[in-house]
Amino acid sequence: MADAPPMLEVRDLARHFDVSRPLLQRMVTREGKRTLRAVDGISFAIPKGTTLSLVGESGCGKSTVARLCVGLYAPTAGAVVFDGRDLAEARALADQRRRMQMIFQDPYASLNPRWRVGDIIAEPIRAFGLVHSRAEQEARVAELLTQVGLSPLDRVKFPHEFSGGQRQRISIARALSSNPEFLVCDEPTSALDVSVQAQILNLMKELQQRLGLTFLFISHNLAVVRQVSDRIGVMYLGRLAELSPAETLFRRPRHPYTRALMEAIPDLDMTGRERIPVGGEVPSPITPPSGCTFHPRCPLANDRCKRERPELKPAGDAMVACHAVEEGRDDAMPMPAIARDAA
Amino acid sequence: MSNTPPLLEVQNLRVEFPTRRGTLVALDDVSFSISPGEVLGVVGESGAGKSMTGAAIIGLLEPPGRIARGKILLNGKRIDNLRYEQMRRIRGKEIGAIFQDPLTTLNPLYTVGRQLAETMTTHLPIGPGEARKRAIEWLELVGIPAAAQRIDSYPHEFSGGMRQRVVIALALCAEPKLIVADEPTTALDVSIQAQVIALLKTLAREKGTAMMLVTHDMGVIAETADRVAVMYAGRIAEIGPVREVVKHANHPYSAGLMGSIPPLDRRVERLAQIDGAMPRLSAIPKGCAYNPRCPQVFDKCREMRPDLIDAGTTRAACWLFDTEVARG
Repeated sequence: MADAPPMLEVRDLARHFDVSRPLLQRMVTREGKRTLRAVDGISFAIPKGTTLSLVGESGCGKSTVARLCVGLYAPTAGAVVFDGRDLAEARALADQRRRMQMIFQDPYASLNPRWRVGDIIAEPIRAFGLVHSRAEQEARVAELLTQVGLSPLDRVKFPHEFSGGQRQRISIARALSSNPEFLVCDEPTSALDVSVQAQILNLMKELQQRLGLTFLFISHNLAVVRQVSDRIGVMYLGRLAELSPAETLFRRPRHPYTRALMEAIPDLDMTGRERIPVGGEVPSPITPPSGCTFHPRCPLANDRCKRERPELKPAGDAMVACHAVEEGRDDAMPMPAIARDAA
Repeated sequence: MSNTPPLLEVQNLRVEFPTRRGTLVALDDVSFSISPGEVLGVVGESGAGKSMTGAAIIGLLEPPGRIARGKILLNGKRIDNLRYEQMRRIRGKEIGAIFQDPLTTLNPLYTVGRQLAETMTTHLPIGPGEARKRAIEWLELVGIPAAAQRIDSYPHEFSGGMRQRVVIALALCAEPKLIVADEPTTALDVSIQAQVIALLKTLAREKGTAMMLVTHDMGVIAETADRVAVMYAGRIAEIGPVREVVKHANHPYSAGLMGSIPPLDRRVERLAQIDGAMPRLSAIPKGCAYNPRCPQVFDKCREMRPDLIDAGTTRAACWLFDTEVARG
């Protein structure tokens, strides 16, 4: 599966935002421009038919990557290559655009409340001219609704008549309506209750198998990510800290941030057990720390980490951006309990 | 612990919302108690009535919602029928509240020091100088670095995690006996969440404060609560010790809810899921509200509503544990 040609490839991708104050204020206070480096040089590839997940805390840039990958933002530097073509070039062509779709986090905000469900789902079908008659379009909408576990009769209803989970099903049906091959899912289940989350995750896995879809999955929830991913990238302040096959990441996390993150998650088996919090907070991406941006919170940090920014380098079958791992100093930090239990 | 008289007792609480199209029953026949120093977790899907229960206890039900039946007792005294001014004195002094969003809890126009000091001078017999000193101590206690310098900062100058710590300090500073925490960590990142939970646990243990912890995050419940109440459609479906409810739930709904949590320690091909969705308040099914989604449903469930029944390790509102059913 890993040998499949990449559906999407991202090379040294960066996206900076200008968050300077208004010119007049800058002149009065004599401060310069301020740049937020939301994504600051990341590279990965997603082979066809597989799922790559990006995890990280809020502000790490994972949603910006999602938007860059479907062309909602233009990159500041680097390139997104969609099935062998540059994304900007691919997006100029309707038949290429049709092949990628996005599912958003909030099913309350992402559906037009004044449109009927049938029209919401049919919009991409009409926009891409995929059918030639009204009857054909209705048949396709009915098929899509059935595919996501709703009834064809639901097409005459409005979004407010549905629960959060059902709305997310409608979003999925809309995303599937243009027969895409590549789906970007930005926190698709984090607004949902856990019992409904399970329904949506199962549905997405089923659809992937049936339709051979390729997913870029964005989430802050490591447990969810473990269930759906082939490979996982852990992001911290706009960079990839670690990029590993899913099982490797959970069996043997290498980057100190990944380990700390896993140790910080509460688990059902934790009744009565203390979890070890990561000290400190995520620094501001406007003024990131020097060298490795994780060094102020890292138990393994030394002078080199404060000075020199680590690059993503192979470590086993994982890729890790950490001087301590490269120098073999990472054994000083214990494996998180989850990985220990598995070993 | 069972010998100590309960600090908070909720008896047969019923909350109604009169609407033009009839009365909606948001909470019905909810009963539970919390002992001093105990943490009761309240879980359930959105719309189950978790937050509503908390709001009823602190006397902040959104109008036109009102308590239609039942009692709420704090230290044996009824607090559900107090007038606004009387209840205001109890809030803060006897009951502290922590809400999900720290930005809306703090007044953006006052410094955090002023908000803390004001709370203390209102509820405790101390002057402004002492209050300021204690405000710094509280900020240190909740882990705000350089508290003495940051006491005159405004809420917007703090990050989300720090703000939630300020809210916790604010809820605790008048030394209430009970804390109602409604999703206190939901808006926070996991790494910060762990810090806040650890803090709440330590403070509750050291000060003997009782806590009602409302959340949909079962992981947080598992590590923090002593007992758990699972709510469904405005009623308690199951209540019992945390280990039993999380690991060996008796009620089919609790079991389904726990089963649908994606495991962190392994990958499963297909997650257990509960089909369907929770009913709307205007269309709660007859009999047990869970019966249309229940895999173990039988005739009696569609006819009669079960009350909490002794189910061995926990108490569950489910006919499966009715001795007559078991015999028949």
